Parts: sequence; structure tokens; C-alpha cells
Amino acid sequence: MAGMNSPATVGKTRSSGLPGSARFSPRRRRQISQAVQYTLFVAVALTLVLVADWERVQRGFFDGTSAASMFPELITVAMKNTVIFTITGYVLGFALGLVVALMRLSSAAPNRIVALVFIEVFRGLPALLVFILIGFGLPIAFPGFSLPFGIYGTVALALGLVAAAYLAETFRAGIQAVPRGQMEAARSLGMSYSRAMVTIVVPQAIRIVIPPLTNELILLFKDSSLVFALGLTAATTELTKLGRDVSIEFATSTPLLLAGATYLVITVPLGYAVRRLEARQAKERR
Amino acid sequence: MSAAGDGSGRMVEIRGLSKSFGDLEVLSGIDVTVEAGEVVCVIGPSGSGKSTLLRCVNMLEVPTAGSVHVSGVELTHRDVDIDAARRMIGMVFQQFNLFGHLSVMDNVTIAQRRVLRRTKGEAERIGRENLAKVGVAEKESSYPPQLSGGQQQRVAIARALSMNPEVMLFDEPTSALDPELVGDVLGAMRQLAEEGMTMLVVTHEMQFAREVADRVLFMDEGMLVEQGPPSQVIADPRHERTRTFLARVLNPTHAGE
Repeated sequence: MAGMNSPATVGKTRSSGLPGSARFSPRRRRQISQAVQYTLFVAVALTLVLVADWERVQRGFFDGTSAASMFPELITVAMKNTVIFTITGYVLGFALGLVVALMRLSSAAPNRIVALVFIEVFRGLPALLVFILIGFGLPIAFPGFSLPFGIYGTVALALGLVAAAYLAETFRAGIQAVPRGQMEAARSLGMSYSRAMVTIVVPQAIRIVIPPLTNELILLFKDSSLVFALGLTAATTELTKLGRDVSIEFATSTPLLLAGATYLVITVPLGYAVRRLEARQAKERR
Repeated sequence: MSAAGDGSGRMVEIRGLSKSFGDLEVLSGIDVTVEAGEVVCVIGPSGSGKSTLLRCVNMLEVPTAGSVHVSGVELTHRDVDIDAARRMIGMVFQQFNLFGHLSVMDNVTIAQRRVLRRTKGEAERIGRENLAKVGVAEKESSYPPQLSGGQQQRVAIARALSMNPEVMLFDEPTSALDPELVGDVLGAMRQLAEEGMTMLVVTHEMQFAREVADRVLFMDEGMLVEQGPPSQVIADPRHERTRTFLARVLNPTHAGE
């Protein structure tokens, strides 16, 4: 609101006469506009502080007892499981995504079609639905069959499939961004198409797409919370589930807030790393 | 060197070669023979099809019609092992095309190791020899972006030589270089020619063609207009089109006349 008010004010002042006859200099006008914005901001903050029932807020979000009860499980079980779910899903998605990307760029039509269908399906389906399909659908359809490592295998597969669809498109963009001359030079040295892809093109493609690859890892951290749909035990619980369970037990949101903060402890440094990488690449390209 | 082989015979034989991109015919019925140990320069205006001709020799472009034999192997045959055939044909590109993620040493050894299955030690010994030969031995642990264009192109030459090719193709190797760096690359090529390497060179460097080539081909509009020793094609061309082209290239300030 404050931001929208000020340009109108400035415009009005400017239209009131010649530059020399304006009541305020441009610098003065800018100062007034800023003062109005800060005043509004402080007013809103003050109102919130005065209106809020601080005792309730403290009980809801900053409750020491429930927070303390989460340790050490928050780190030793929940965070550990969230990291395991995410990393296994990502590794699987990375490998599968690379294969799908190469199929998508293949000269053989069946490869391209299979890859395209895979990408469209798993990019279009909600991740939650994929979780339920893998967790409950597979065991019903194939009674004797069970994924290895129990819930960990199920989550790795579900997250891997979802991640693979996105990663495949990322890899494809990266491969296509590698100059054609790289493939030609490799072929002219007697390398086969696949040898040249693996040795020359893909390593350079991955370098190009490291920032989006890291973003996908961050997204996967959040998607790993969808595992709650499969029902978790105390030993397989993860951050969101633990936060919710303890929240209900103590009737306060503090555990959720703490679980949220734990996600940020992982994702904010990752995001920072992406920005660093992007800045470095921008510098190299110049 | 293995290049000259038995010192005689046809290294490259191109017969009735045509290439079209869609409706555009880039090459029409080209016949070219390169003898073992011969240095042949291809000149002509841009768009005349000289680069396409060169790229057809190692099948980077697949000809629409005609045949290409290199060292007795028909590359246009449908059952040919193209990867094996390309090992005897070294190629140097206008844009160098060094592998940007690999050090200079890895650039010159990777194909030796992955394709020829040489040991690391042997590949490095051969790579080092060739890097020294083109004058960039001290750069072996650098990465391509750290090198000047002239150094990159010489590494590219060393990379191709390390596969012990029987013939070397050069596709405008100095066209992307700053003028002061051209000399080093041409010097390396000249040395290679003196050692008896069979070379097919697409170039705009008339001085080089005049001094190093055994034979010069002039191409225009996808056709081979004339060929012969440089003393004839460059110094005393028979065809009007060749004369016009040379006048423009050798005396660019009078291009409009």
C-alpha cells in the first residue's frame, strides 16, 4: 500500500507546474515518500504488537516444553530420515533422468516416444498421487513383490520417478547447450556416439545445469514430506510428520515451526550455494 | 611417419560426390584425388561448398550421392565401421573444438585411451611428443579457456596427430584467429607438410597455399572449377571465376572494381 501511494503523490506534485516552480525538489520529494512508507510500516507493526495476545502467541509458537521434547529425535531420526529419503530419491532420479534425457535425444523414434510419455506422465501427476500409487498400488497389483529396504525403497522410487521427469528435461537442455562441435570433434577422433556422449558431452552438460540441478534437490527436500501418506513408524518418521505429531500432543505449533526451521537449515545453504555457482558461471562466460 | 604409407597410391579418392541440404545443392558431382604425402589446399568464396566437401571426407556430413575412399576403405559403404575409419583421419576445426572440461593433456590423450586403448603412460608420452612438436608443451596442465586461440588450435592439431592419422583435414584452421596468432598455427602445419603428412586444407591463406600446397583446388557454387599446382591456379588462373575471386582476396581494398 505504502509503495503504491508514493508514485501517485510524486506524479501529482510534478504535474502541478514547471520544474522550477515545484514546491519540493526531487530529492525532498523522495525523502517525503520514504518517510511515508516507513511510517506506515511502523504503524502496521505497532498495531500487530498491540493487538496480539502475546501469551497465546508464545504458547502457540515458542513453547519450550514441546520444543525440548523433540530432541534428540528431531535430528537423530526425523532430519536423518528426511535427508535419506531425499538423497536416495535424488540419486535414483539423477540416474533415471539422465537415461530418459538421452532417450529423448535418441535418433530412434521408440526411445523418444517412451521418454516423452515418461516425462509428461511423471511431470504432470501430483507427487502425492505417485507416492500412493507406489506405496499402495504396487503391492496390490503385484502381491508377491515388495521393494527392497521397506519404506525407504518405496520413497526412493516415488521421489526418484518424480525427480527423474524434471531432471530429464534439465539434462536435455544442458546436453543441447553443449556446442555441436564437441560431438563432432569427439566423433572425428573415432569415438562412437555413446562414447562421445558419456566422455565429452554429458560431463559438460552437467556443469552447465548444476544450478537447476541443485534447485531440484531443494524441491525434493520438500516433496519428501509427502511420505506421510504412506504411514510412518517412530523409526521412519521425518521432519514434517514429527512436527505434526508433537504439535498435536502438546496442542501448540512450536514443533511445526521447529521442523520448518530444520528444513531451512538444509535448504538455505543449498540455495546460497546455487547463487554462488550461478555467479561464478556468469563470470566465466564473460 | 605412417602418413606416407608406401609412399605412393591414393590416400583420398572422392568420386561423383554430391550433397544437398533439403532443396539446396551444396556440392554437385565432385571428383578429387589426394595422393599419399600430398598437400592439397581448397580455396574458394564462402558458401562454395569447400567445408562441406571436407566434412564429407570423414562423414561428418553424409553425402547425398557419390563415393569416398580413404586409404582404400570406402566410407560411403553402408556396412563400413565409421568409428574405425575415422581413426585414420585427423580433423582440425575452425572453432578448435577442444574439450573444455579437460586439461590440455587429457584433450590429447582421451581418444588414445578410450578408442585406441593405449595405456595412460603411452598416451601421455605420445601426447607430450605432439604437444612439443606444435610448440605448446608447457601448456599440458592448462585448460582450453586459459589458452590463446593460436595455442588452442595447436593443441587441436596435437590431439588429432596423437591418433596417428594417415591423413589430416583442416577446416579453415586460422579463420577464427587474431591475425598475430595465425603464423604459429601455419608454422605447425607447414612442419607437418614437410614431414610428409597427407593434408587436405580448406583455407583463405593464399600465401600458405602458394608456398606449401602441392596442388590447389578452386571451388565455386558447389563445383570444382579448376585445380593444379599453386603456380598455375593462384599465379596464373585459367578461369574467369578464379581470377575474380583471387583479385578480391589478394587485393581486398579494390574489391568493388
